[in-house]
Formats: sequence, C-alpha cells, structure tokens
Amino acid sequence: MTKIVKTTANILFPFTMIFGLYVIAHGHLTPGGGFQGGAIVASGCALLLVAYGSPWVFDHIKDKRLATFESLGAIGFITIGLLGLIFGAVFFGNFLAGSGSLFGTTPATGSTLADFNTGGVLPLMNFAVGVKVIAGLFVIILVMAYASSIKEWS
Amino acid sequence: MGIEFLIVNILLVILIVIASLVAVLLRDLLAAAIALAAMSLLLSLEFFLLQAPDVAIAQAGVGACLTTAIVIIAIKGTKRMEEE
Repeated sequence: MTKIVKTTANILFPFTMIFGLYVIAHGHLTPGGGFQGGAIVASGCALLLVAYGSPWVFDHIKDKRLATFESLGAIGFITIGLLGLIFGAVFFGNFLAGSGSLFGTTPATGSTLADFNTGGVLPLMNFAVGVKVIAGLFVIILVMAYASSIKEWS
Repeated sequence: MGIEFLIVNILLVILIVIASLVAVLLRDLLAAAIALAAMSLLLSLEFFLLQAPDVAIAQAGVGACLTTAIVIIAIKGTKRMEEE
C-alpha cells in the first residue's frame, strides 16, 4: 500500500491494541468481554496485514503458533470450568469469588467506583476467550491472505 | 423516549438502507466494500442507541473491520471492476 496508509496504520495500531486489551481486561465491569476485545485486537492485526501486505506478515507470524494459542485458550477455559467442579460444587462454579485472593475481593455496596479486583473466575475466563478469539479470527484472515497471494491458482 | 429518539432512529434506518443500496449498485467493488463497512458502522450505532452496547462493539469489530479486511484481500486477489 502507499505511504499514507502505512503511516496511518503505524499511528492507529497501538491505540487499537490498547483499547482491545482494555475491553478484555474490564470484561466483568463494562460492556464487552473476551469476544469483543479479541475482535478489536484481531482487527488491529488485520489493519497491519492490509497496510503492509501479506509477505511481511508471513515472515513475522507463523500460523502454527496461532493454532497453538487458539488451543491454549480453549484448554484454559475448560480447565477453569473443571477446577470449579473440583473446588466448588458445580461445573463452572465460581470458587474464587469472595476468597480474598486473586480477583477475590467482595465488591463494596452502594455507588462506588468499580473495583477491578472482583469477579472471581470471570476475568480469567475472559482472558482465555480473548486469546482464543484473537488467534482464531487472525488465522482466518491470514489463511485468506495466503490463498489470495497464490497467483497460479489451478 | 422522546420524539428526538424516534427521529434519529428513523434517520439511521434510512441511512442503513441507502448504504446497502449503494453497496449493491456500485460497479467498483472496492467502493462497494467501503459502503458495506459504512452500513455496518451505522448498524452498530443503531444497536448502541437501542441500549445494546455489547452487540454494538461486536458489530463494529467483526462487521465493520474484519469482514471489510477479508473482502479487500479477496478483491486484491481478483479484479477490482465488475464486468457486464
């Protein structure tokens, strides 16, 4: 692409990344969550791919590693569910809420500021879904660009 | 739920229909992809006005950005102008 598109992508890429990670991390407090934030981060990567062309991205990112990350997200999500079966009473039981450890603070009542350190296992599940959605949506675009870059299509 | 809310909603729906018609009628496929992205962005604004910010973020991320990227990559692999 031209120099204008590359400069605009250079400026917009960090802000897109930070906003997507913010939506993932604050999934239990504000609208959004793992899927929405992952879609925003993947769209930032798609901006990079459209601006810089597919050979530059193929040199830096391997799709095998993205497949590994997608599997890691699914394994983390189902592991947290099974840990709820072990430590709590039921499948996907929220065993961290109110325990005082990681993400375990009891939220204050009344109209206060939102406390980030609440929610139990919900932020961890949001992180797992976010990793899976980032890898899954970006590998779709990567495979599409790879199939589009082959000129001798039989 | 005043009369302004109704007017903005009707205006947004009319704009969505106009953007869809432009996307169908254009011969330049790249411009049609941009019109489709504009339609998706207006649709996400409509979702936000109807108090569904979750759906609005998903629509703006997937519909306006990822689908446009996929369509632009596909146009880059084929031809830009539509033939008769």
